[in-house]
Amino acid sequence: MYKILKNELIGENIFELDVYAPLVVNKCLPGQFVIVMAYETSERIPLTIYDYDKSTGILKMIYQVVGASTKELVDLDDEIYSVVGPLGNPSELVMNIDEWKEKKVIFVAGGVGIAPVYPQIKYLKEHNVKVDCIYGVKNEKYLILEEKMKNICDNFYIATDDGSKGYHGLVTDCLKSLDKHYDKCVAIGPVVMMKYVSMLTKDLNIPTIVSMNPIMVDGTGMCGACRLIVDGNVKFACVDGPEFDGHKVDFDAAIKRMNIYKTFEGRKYLERCEGSMHHGNCGNCGDK
Amino acid sequence: MRLLDKKERIGSFSEVALGYNDEEALNEASRCLQCANPQCVKGCPVEVRIPEFIASILNGDVENAYKIIRFSSALPAVCGRVCPQEKQCESKCIRGYKGEAIAIGALERYVADYALKNKLTSLKAKTKNGKKVAIIGSGPSGLTCAGELAKEGYEVTVYEALHKAGGVLVYGIPEFRLPKKIVEQEINALKALGVEFVLNAPIGKCMTIEDLKREYDAIYIASGAGLPKFMGIENENANGVFSANEVLTRINLMGSFKEDANTPIYLGDNIVVVGGGNVACDAARSLRRFGKKVTLMYRRTKAELPAREAEVEHLLEEGIELLELTNPVKVLVDEDFNVVGLEVKKMELTEKDESGRRGVREIEGSNSNFDCDMVVMALGTSPNPLSTIESSVKKDNKGLIIVEGTKTSDDKVFAGGDAVTGAATVILAMEAGKKAAREIVENDI
Ligand SMILES: Cc1cc2nc3c(=O)[nH]c(=O)nc-3n(C[C@H](O)[C@H](O)[C@H](O)COP(=O)(O)OP(=O)(O)OC[C@H]3O[C@@H](n4cnc5c(N)ncnc54)[C@H](O)[C@@H]3O)c2cc1C
Ligand code: FES
Repeated sequence: MYKILKNELIGENIFELDVYAPLVVNKCLPGQFVIVMAYETSERIPLTIYDYDKSTGILKMIYQVVGASTKELVDLDDEIYSVVGPLGNPSELVMNIDEWKEKKVIFVAGGVGIAPVYPQIKYLKEHNVKVDCIYGVKNEKYLILEEKMKNICDNFYIATDDGSKGYHGLVTDCLKSLDKHYDKCVAIGPVVMMKYVSMLTKDLNIPTIVSMNPIMVDGTGMCGACRLIVDGNVKFACVDGPEFDGHKVDFDAAIKRMNIYKTFEGRKYLERCEGSMHHGNCGNCGDK
Repeated sequence: MRLLDKKERIGSFSEVALGYNDEEALNEASRCLQCANPQCVKGCPVEVRIPEFIASILNGDVENAYKIIRFSSALPAVCGRVCPQEKQCESKCIRGYKGEAIAIGALERYVADYALKNKLTSLKAKTKNGKKVAIIGSGPSGLTCAGELAKEGYEVTVYEALHKAGGVLVYGIPEFRLPKKIVEQEINALKALGVEFVLNAPIGKCMTIEDLKREYDAIYIASGAGLPKFMGIENENANGVFSANEVLTRINLMGSFKEDANTPIYLGDNIVVVGGGNVACDAARSLRRFGKKVTLMYRRTKAELPAREAEVEHLLEEGIELLELTNPVKVLVDEDFNVVGLEVKKMELTEKDESGRRGVREIEGSNSNFDCDMVVMALGTSPNPLSTIESSVKKDNKGLIIVEGTKTSDDKVFAGGDAVTGAATVILAMEAGKKAAREIVENDI
């Protein structure tokens, strides 16, 4: 059992969950993730790490309620059954921080993809890397961490699908409209978004990192549920990633893997995962 | 041994083999010839003094029988159920040359269950010697090493990556073969002895071996061989293709079969499990319990199936079809990338190789299609490299940790079980745990 310090609504259906987990926090670096279980009988859910404090052992996560499993998290008060991590590899930028000083990096975040972006930018800024960020959401109701992001980015751009705030349109169009030079792009968000950002940056000749977040069970390489095709080879997102070269990931295969939810059995499976909360918003079912 | 009725097995994860009652145990024990030079003992990887414990059963002293087994084996209730006895002790039994070998495994289980029921399983520890050992992995190897060291007065902490302790005993081997209650009791006995368990602790990620070395006098790596293999055939990433590990973990560890569990499991109506070992049989039989049609597809023939004999029998009784001499070459998919079948080739057996096992080769031009909507790959596993990240522990080109005895290239670090041998058996993993404990004590670490 892990002690919960905060479990609060911070945006439309979006919650911040803070727990005391020194074993995770001690060695944690930006780009890594955790797997949590609400109760002993719950599904294991991968969550990105949004912030951590090594001196207090506090780990902060952000989750969007998309199904029965994440719904269970909302009801937790004092304790959560399990939190395991830090899993996956730290961000490539963080690991090679010296190479990036004086360079310019653009982050493109979609939806709650902003959560794992935050600690990366924070780390890069602490090491004098120039960082801009485009943050795309459906409409302004879904915006989170806005003030914090403004404070740590050199330039922070918001893009909304309906124009309710910032740039009216897609993150890709927003990136094009900036017409700036960047040495690296990091895209984190729905698979479809990462695909289109990667296509664009390929044209623009910007090396691009994406962070993949498929269904996982153990997060340690044991089950193969998280497998992806990268550069023609099978990779496990949990141990080989979660970051991959956006120009090498086979996004179509990753999107096709989500088609499982279109079959009858797949629907039933998704219903158990998502319960009555299915809204076609997480990009999992391919409805959107 | 009495078995759960075939019809009752579908829809249920209750244990299939029901075990002996007192009378049955006495009858079976009385068949033992008490050989002066018992071959069965030589067939046992840990040399349990088999005729002696059987004699104790006959004398009505089951407690003493337990003591005899426990002297050599740390997990008798587990081994009695899952050891491949027909290849080990029972294969050497003189009775077996003319008729049935003594059911040694069943008798071992009888004794162990008696001990569990009568709470004879508690262990005693010597006074603390002030030394600390960390164990990575809580499978049979880690648990055994923990028990042996704790008895010697060491302070032992077991680090486990998953949210439950037990390794393959909890996430792999299904409830209907090994009730989780038994594993739990063994773990509780260790806790009572003072062994500490840190769950959700993937070593290599939350701490490295180097970190552990600063805190502990010795480390024992018992991280198993948990990485699934895939075939590398076309469309293997299709929707509906799973590793046996994923299926078994969801069902066993996370209890997909229980009403109150929230772990979803994808189920086809016409399922193929590829492989022939214990893992393949366990996956097939678990899925069959959801009432689905299940076919076990194996390259060789029934005679070569590496799974325990009893499991193969039970599998066939349960209505699982065995498709011999067949190997997938491609996964067939629809436009949405869902599995709709397998393209397969027929195989033929070739001469025995040096190990005495018959080889196989594909028959040219024998391709055909086999309809199915779910495929489970159970092709074996290899060691997980996670635990040795950023450590100097040497491994061979297959990723197996290199040891002398149980000592690795790092003086403070020992290793054993599947992490060293590759996927093997519970009894061998247990034996390695015991040996490591002995070497740690002998080296005065
Ligand atoms: C489905 C199945 C059925 C089987 N049936 C039989 C049978 O009938 N009879 C038989 O004799 N054998 C059987 N086996 C084989 C047997 O279970 C194994 O040989 C045995 O469990 C190996 O024991 P171990 O302790 O070495 O490793 P494991 O039991 O694999 O335990 C290793 C543990 O280490 C943990 N771990 C891994 N990496 C880390 C890390 N970095 N940090 C912390 N923890 C870590 C794992 O999560 C796991 O819990 C079966 C195996 C499977 C998978
Ligand atoms: S989550 Fe199981 S292998 Fe990646």
